[in-house]
Amino acid sequence: MKVKRIMSKLKFLMHKKFLANLAAVSIALLIIILLQSLLMPKYVTAIPEGNLVREYYDEVKKHDLIFIGDCEVFSNFSPVTLWEKYGITSYIRGSAQQLVWQSYYLLKETLTYEKPKVVVFNVLALKYNEPQKEAYNRLTLDGMKLSPIKLEAVKASKMEDESFISYVFPILRYHSRWSELTAEDFKYIFKRDTVSHNGFLMRVDVKPVTTVPEGRKLADYQFGENSYAYLDKITKLCKDNGIELILIKSPSIYPYWYKEWDEQMVAYAEKNNLRYINFLDLTDEIGIDYSTDTYDAGLHLNLSGAEKLSDYFGRILKDEYGLEDHRNDEEYRQIWEKKVDFYYAMKEDQYRELKEYGYLKSYGAASPDN
Amino acid sequence: MLFTTSRFIFFLLGVILIYQLLPQKFRWIWLLLASYIFYCFSGIKHLIYITVTSLSTYLASIMLDKLQKEQASYLKENKESLSREERKAYKAAMKSRQRRWLVLCMLLNFGILAVLKYTDFMIANINGILDIAGSKRQLAFMNFVLPLGISFYTFQTMGYLIDVYREKYPAEKNPFKLALFTSFFPQLIQGPINRFDELKESLFAGRKLTINNVSFGTQRILWGFFKKLVIADRLLVAVSTIIHNTDEYQGVYVLVGMFFYAITLYADFTGGIDIAIGVAEIFGIPFRENFERPFFSKSIAEYWRRWHISLSSWFRDYMFYPISVSKPMLDLSKFCRKHVGDWLGKRIPIYLASIIVWFTTGIWHGAAWNFVVWGLLNCLVILVSQECTPLYEKFHNRLKVGNSFWYRMFQVLRTFWLMSFLRTLDCYQNVGLTFKMYSTIITRFNLMELFRGGLMKLGLTRYDYIVLVPAVCLLLLVSLTGRKGSVRKQLSAKPVMVRYLVYFAIFLAVLILGAYGVGYDSSQFIYSRF
Repeated sequence: MKVKRIMSKLKFLMHKKFLANLAAVSIALLIIILLQSLLMPKYVTAIPEGNLVREYYDEVKKHDLIFIGDCEVFSNFSPVTLWEKYGITSYIRGSAQQLVWQSYYLLKETLTYEKPKVVVFNVLALKYNEPQKEAYNRLTLDGMKLSPIKLEAVKASKMEDESFISYVFPILRYHSRWSELTAEDFKYIFKRDTVSHNGFLMRVDVKPVTTVPEGRKLADYQFGENSYAYLDKITKLCKDNGIELILIKSPSIYPYWYKEWDEQMVAYAEKNNLRYINFLDLTDEIGIDYSTDTYDAGLHLNLSGAEKLSDYFGRILKDEYGLEDHRNDEEYRQIWEKKVDFYYAMKEDQYRELKEYGYLKSYGAASPDN
Repeated sequence: MLFTTSRFIFFLLGVILIYQLLPQKFRWIWLLLASYIFYCFSGIKHLIYITVTSLSTYLASIMLDKLQKEQASYLKENKESLSREERKAYKAAMKSRQRRWLVLCMLLNFGILAVLKYTDFMIANINGILDIAGSKRQLAFMNFVLPLGISFYTFQTMGYLIDVYREKYPAEKNPFKLALFTSFFPQLIQGPINRFDELKESLFAGRKLTINNVSFGTQRILWGFFKKLVIADRLLVAVSTIIHNTDEYQGVYVLVGMFFYAITLYADFTGGIDIAIGVAEIFGIPFRENFERPFFSKSIAEYWRRWHISLSSWFRDYMFYPISVSKPMLDLSKFCRKHVGDWLGKRIPIYLASIIVWFTTGIWHGAAWNFVVWGLLNCLVILVSQECTPLYEKFHNRLKVGNSFWYRMFQVLRTFWLMSFLRTLDCYQNVGLTFKMYSTIITRFNLMELFRGGLMKLGLTRYDYIVLVPAVCLLLLVSLTGRKGSVRKQLSAKPVMVRYLVYFAIFLAVLILGAYGVGYDSSQFIYSRF
C-alpha cells in the first residue's frame, strides 16, 4: 500500500512537471508567433501589393476566372467590373514582379481550392529567366500559406543569398524590423484591412503618358529555357484540369514589349492551341486613353483604364468562353454585393484623399514631394 | 558551415537524433562520420588533407609505440647482462629511431600547413625583394584555399604524436578513433586545441545523452550565439568602417576602433568556443576551456595564461619547454654564462626560446608581417615586464598600493589597453599603416568628434548602440559572476521561473536582435581563417 502511494505520488509529480514544461514551451511559442506577426511588414498603407497573395485565403472560393501574373494583371483588370457588367466571378492571383514559376505555383495552389473555367496569364514575366530580387520574392511568397507547394515555389525563386528557412519562419528575415516598427505594425498585428478587390489594386489618380520611347536593342530576344519550361507547366496544368488558358499581354506600355517577344508568344500559342491576346494592339478598340487612363505614365492603368479593359475583355469571356452570368444567383449576389459596396467606398475615399492631399496617401502612392 | 547558421542547427539536431538512436558501441563511429560530413561542407576535396594528417600520425604513433615496446622488452630481458653504458647507448639509439619517425611525421604535416598557408607570403616577400633589386620579374601567387581548421587539427594531432613520443600514454591502436580525435567537428572551426589523454575516455565512450548535459550544453551554445550574433557581428560593422577608411577615421577613431575590436574579437572568439564546448558537452565530451576572463588580467603574461589557453599551453608544452631545455640551448647558456656573465647567461636561452615561440605564435595567426611584429611585440612587452618586476615591487612597497582595488583596476585597464594597442596590428593588417594610425592619436586627436555624432558615422544606428550597451554590460556581468564558479550551475540553483525567463530572454535576444540575415554581412568567425 505504501509503495503504491509513493508510486502514484511520483507519477503525479512527474505529470505536474511535464505539464509545467509543456505550458512553458507553449507560452514561449505563442510569444514567438506574436512577435513574428508584429515584425512582419503589414503592407496596408505602404506597398499594399504585399497583401495581394494572402487576401485570397479569406475568399469564398468560387471563381470561374483566375488571373495570374504581375502588376499588369492586378492593376489593369477589375473583377468588380467583370461582375457588374457580365456577372463573371474572378480573382486576380497577382503580385509585384510575379515571375513565371511563381505564377505556376500560385496557380497550382489555387487549384487545390477551386477549379476555374478559364485562367489568364500575362506573359511579360517570361522576360525573366532567373530569380530577380529578394524584395519581390518576399512580396509574392510571404503571403502564401505554408504548404509543400509554397516550399517548391521558394526553392524555385530564392536568390543565392536568401535562406530557405526564412520563408518557413519569416521572423528570421524580419527580426531586424524591431527598430523600424510603426503604429501600423501594432494596429494590424492580428488582422489587416483588405487592400484589394479580388486581387485588383485600385488607383484613381492620373499621370498621363508624355513620351513613348522605343525599347533599346537587345542582344538576345529569345525567352529563356526556364521561362518556357514553366510556361509549359502552366499549359499542362490547365490542360490536365480541363481549364482554358488564355495568354495575354496587358496594355501597359512599360516595360517595352518587343515585336520579337510578341512573335514568340504567337508561335507558342499556335503550337499549343492556345489563345494569345496582345491588348497593346487593341487599345483603340478598348478605348484606352493614355492621357487619362494611367496613374504612372503608362506602366499601369488606373481605375478608369482597368474598367475599360475589363469591360472589353469581359465581352470576349462571355461570348467566346461562355462564362456564366451569376448575377441572378442569390448565393453569388450576397457575396458580390459587399464587394461592390467596398469597391465604391474605396473609390470615393481615394477621390477624397486626392482632393485633400493631392496624392493617394493611404494607398501606396508616393508623395509628389519625393 | 558556420556555427551560427540554421544549416548547422539542423545538422546538429540530426547528429544528436541519430546518436541517441544508435547502440552505444556505434556512437563514436557516428560522430566520426558526422565530422567527415561536416567537413565536406567546407569542400570535399579538402578531405584529403585531414585524412593524410590522421593517417600519417596514426602510422607514426604506431611505429613509436612499437619501438617503445621493443625497447622495454629488450631492456627487461637483458636487465642483468647489460652494463649501464650499454643500456644508455641502447636507449639513445632507440630514441634516435623514434625521433626520426616523429620528425618525419611532423615535417610532413607542418610542411602541408606551411605550404598551404605561407607560400603566398613567401612569394610576396620574394616579389618585394625582386622589386627592390630592380627586376621586372614577379612570381605568380598560388592562392591556395586553406582547408577548414588546418591550423587547429595539425597542432592538435602533432601534440598527440609528441605525447606518444614522450611516452605520456600509449598510441591509439584504432586508426578511426584517432581520426575522430583529429576531425571531431565542434573543434574544427575555432578550436580549442585539445589533448588526447583528456578526451579519450569520453570521445569514444558513446555516453548516453543526459538531461543535464543537454541542458548545460544548449545553454552554452545559446550564450555563444548571443555573443556572436548580438555583439560581435553587430560591432564588426563599426570596426570594418574604421579600418577600411583610414583616411577618414584617424585620431580618436583609432582608439574607438581598438576598443570596439577588443570587444568584437572577444565576443566572436569566445562565442565560437562556447558553441564548440556546448556541442561537445551535449555528447558528454569535456573540451578544455580556452578563455578565463582574459580582460580581467593584470599583466600581459597573465593575459596569455587566460586568452586562447589551448594554443598558448600548446606552445609552452611542445615548443617553449623543449627548446629551453634542449642540448643546444643548455650549451648556449653555459657559453653565455662563461663569456658574458651569469645575469645575461641565464636569460639568453629563455629570451631566445621566447622569441622563437612568439615568432611562431605570430605567424600561426596569419601569414603576414603584421602578425610577426604583433607576436614579437607581445614577447618584448612580456620580457620587459618580467625584468621590471623588482622595480614594480619596490614601487608598490614605497607607495603602499599593494592589493588595493584602485591599483588592481589600474592594472586591468592598463593591460586591456596595451593588448588593444598590440591587437591593432591585426586590424590594419599592415605594420606601416598601423604605426601611422598610432601616430594620428597624437597628431590628429579629435575627441570632440565623438560628441558631434562621430559614433553615428560608423555604420551603426542609435538602435545598435541601444542593443550593444546592455549586451556588453551583460557580458561583463556574466564574466564577473563566473569568478564565483560556473554561471550555469549558479543559474540552475535559481527558481524554475527565473531560469526559464533568463533562457527565453537570451533566446529572444538572439532571435530578434541578432545581426544575421539579409542586410547583414554574414562574416566568418575571425579566428576561422586560421
